[in-house]
Amino acid sequence: MPSRVTLSRVAIHATLIAFAAFFLVPLVVVALNSLRSTEDIAHGGVIGLPHELMWSNFSGTWSGYCIAQHCDGIQPYFWNSMRMVIPATIISTLLGALNGYSLSLWRFRGDTIVFGIMTLGVFLPEQMRLVPWVIVLRDLNLFNTISGLVLIHIVQGLSFTTLFCRNYYVSVPQDLLKAARIDGAGYFRIFWRIVLPLSPPILIVTVIWQFTGIWNEYLYGVTFSSGEHQPITAALIALSARLSDAPQYGEQSAAVLLAAAPTLLVYLFGGRYFLRGLTAGAVK
Amino acid sequence: MSALAIRDVWKRYGALPVLKGIDLDIDSGEFAILVGPSGCGKSTLLNIIAGLDTASQGNIEIGSRPMNGVAAKDRNIAMVFQSYALYPSMTVRQNMTFGMECRRVPKHQQIEAVGRVAKLLQIEALLDRKPSQLSGGQRQRVAMGRALVRDPLLFLFDEPLSNLDAKLRVEMRMEIKRLHQRLGSTIVYVTHDQIEAMTLATRIAVMNQGEIQQFADPDTVYNRPANLFVARFMGAPPMNTLPARIVAEDSRLFAAVGDGGVRLPLPETKNTGAYVDRDVVLGIRPECIAEYNRRFEDGSTLLEAPVEMTEPTGAETIVLLRLGGHEVLGRVAPDIKLKSGEHARFALDTRRICLFDLATEQLIT
Repeated sequence: MPSRVTLSRVAIHATLIAFAAFFLVPLVVVALNSLRSTEDIAHGGVIGLPHELMWSNFSGTWSGYCIAQHCDGIQPYFWNSMRMVIPATIISTLLGALNGYSLSLWRFRGDTIVFGIMTLGVFLPEQMRLVPWVIVLRDLNLFNTISGLVLIHIVQGLSFTTLFCRNYYVSVPQDLLKAARIDGAGYFRIFWRIVLPLSPPILIVTVIWQFTGIWNEYLYGVTFSSGEHQPITAALIALSARLSDAPQYGEQSAAVLLAAAPTLLVYLFGGRYFLRGLTAGAVK
Repeated sequence: MSALAIRDVWKRYGALPVLKGIDLDIDSGEFAILVGPSGCGKSTLLNIIAGLDTASQGNIEIGSRPMNGVAAKDRNIAMVFQSYALYPSMTVRQNMTFGMECRRVPKHQQIEAVGRVAKLLQIEALLDRKPSQLSGGQRQRVAMGRALVRDPLLFLFDEPLSNLDAKLRVEMRMEIKRLHQRLGSTIVYVTHDQIEAMTLATRIAVMNQGEIQQFADPDTVYNRPANLFVARFMGAPPMNTLPARIVAEDSRLFAAVGDGGVRLPLPETKNTGAYVDRDVVLGIRPECIAEYNRRFEDGSTLLEAPVEMTEPTGAETIVLLRLGGHEVLGRVAPDIKLKSGEHARFALDTRRICLFDLATEQLIT
């Protein structure tokens, strides 16, 4: 049946397109500005098309710009973030998978209480946890180090990764474990050979969740690190603080896009699995 | 030799007992079936035998070796599950070798065992497939294959045929029986299907509410059920049970059924005499109520009764009739055309009547 073009249908589409455009405006402005020169922006205002494409904005912010007396661009902070986000994501995901596996398939007395306490972390505000972390990092001598941030993100991430994995593994039939136990497999062999091969959908979800969450995190980065140990989110603020004397929106916009690139890429490649995986535990 | 001994096994969840002092001795080579309605504790008992669950009290011996504190993997058992429980990410071959791999069986022995069992079960062509690529019947075969590669002291089957459709179930049933006859292995098999129990078992343990009601060969369980529960659970349609009164006449015993209009001569047993002039429950199998010209040995008792309904199945016709005011089922030859509402004559095989004590519900022997 051919779809009829009715007034209401036109109205619905017009509204949706208007909203989509509205939400895209900031991204478009930033993307356009990242290719404009400082003079161009100064004359034409922050909203406008580039007169000539200033690709040098990207190379400049990446490796040449000065942030807090260091003129290496945002590159070192980008790698700081990478060195923080990769181990933190992998370790928190694996620990969450092990936790979820234990809590859902090796039921023990009080397991629901343990699970309840672990997932409570999901609901605690970040700011509440600052002071305890100050004490922990001080005592472990990890203040102003990437390792300290990795530790924070692993521990904080466990609530989410455990919740995700536990809810996914609940639908793994108990009979599989019984069969494996009779076959002579132990806790780790069952995890490694039977449960983990079933896990890619949920592991992709937790990896995306952890990666974007940790990459975008700002509060801990700015609180527990300074100078050359900062992750990129904290460094961006330093960049804009310096730029506020003489606004250079072109380079600033390029920096924002570079900083956002990894999470955008992760979402572009993994987004399909993300939506699929979030509902995977819901249907048997 | 006793392959499996269960001694006074109890299982409690909190204060709630689900197994109440189970005692069973299963001989080597026996095909023992635990049968009962859902929730009777049969699967719990099987899990306790397997070491997947622990008893609150009591002992299990497998091959005369006490199993207290022995892990499932060290009990020398193999188990087949209702859901098949095949490892989804492994091929059929890997499913079969996983156990041997865990026990560090040398590679050439693994290959030899898989080859032998695959041939026995005719699953050679499936060895490199994943479980998701198999049909229900094929999965069932592979699940059995995984158990068979081990050559254990004891095979445990947990409702292995329940997930198959009716036709396949009958086929696999015959195949399991053939396999047992061929291998002579000891099997403990749980089912809620009394036909499976009757057709497969060398001995049947009928369970209800955490207790063994009767443990005997299929013939005894069917013809001399130990109590009313067994009488009503085994057989499809089940045994007719109706109130009756024992009366003595000319030194012979009769059962006056229901309102007393029907009198059936009783087989002589040791203790029936003690029940003269007392109320009992009379049990008679539907196949003991047949068309009037059927000749049972020792002569049949003929009587007339109103027909309420008929159910032709093709091979026979199930008749709902009234006996002394109570509804009972009979099985007549299919060529006897009975009409609802009319009176018809039936032949009764009274030698196989069972009597049960009204209070204890136990068989009067």
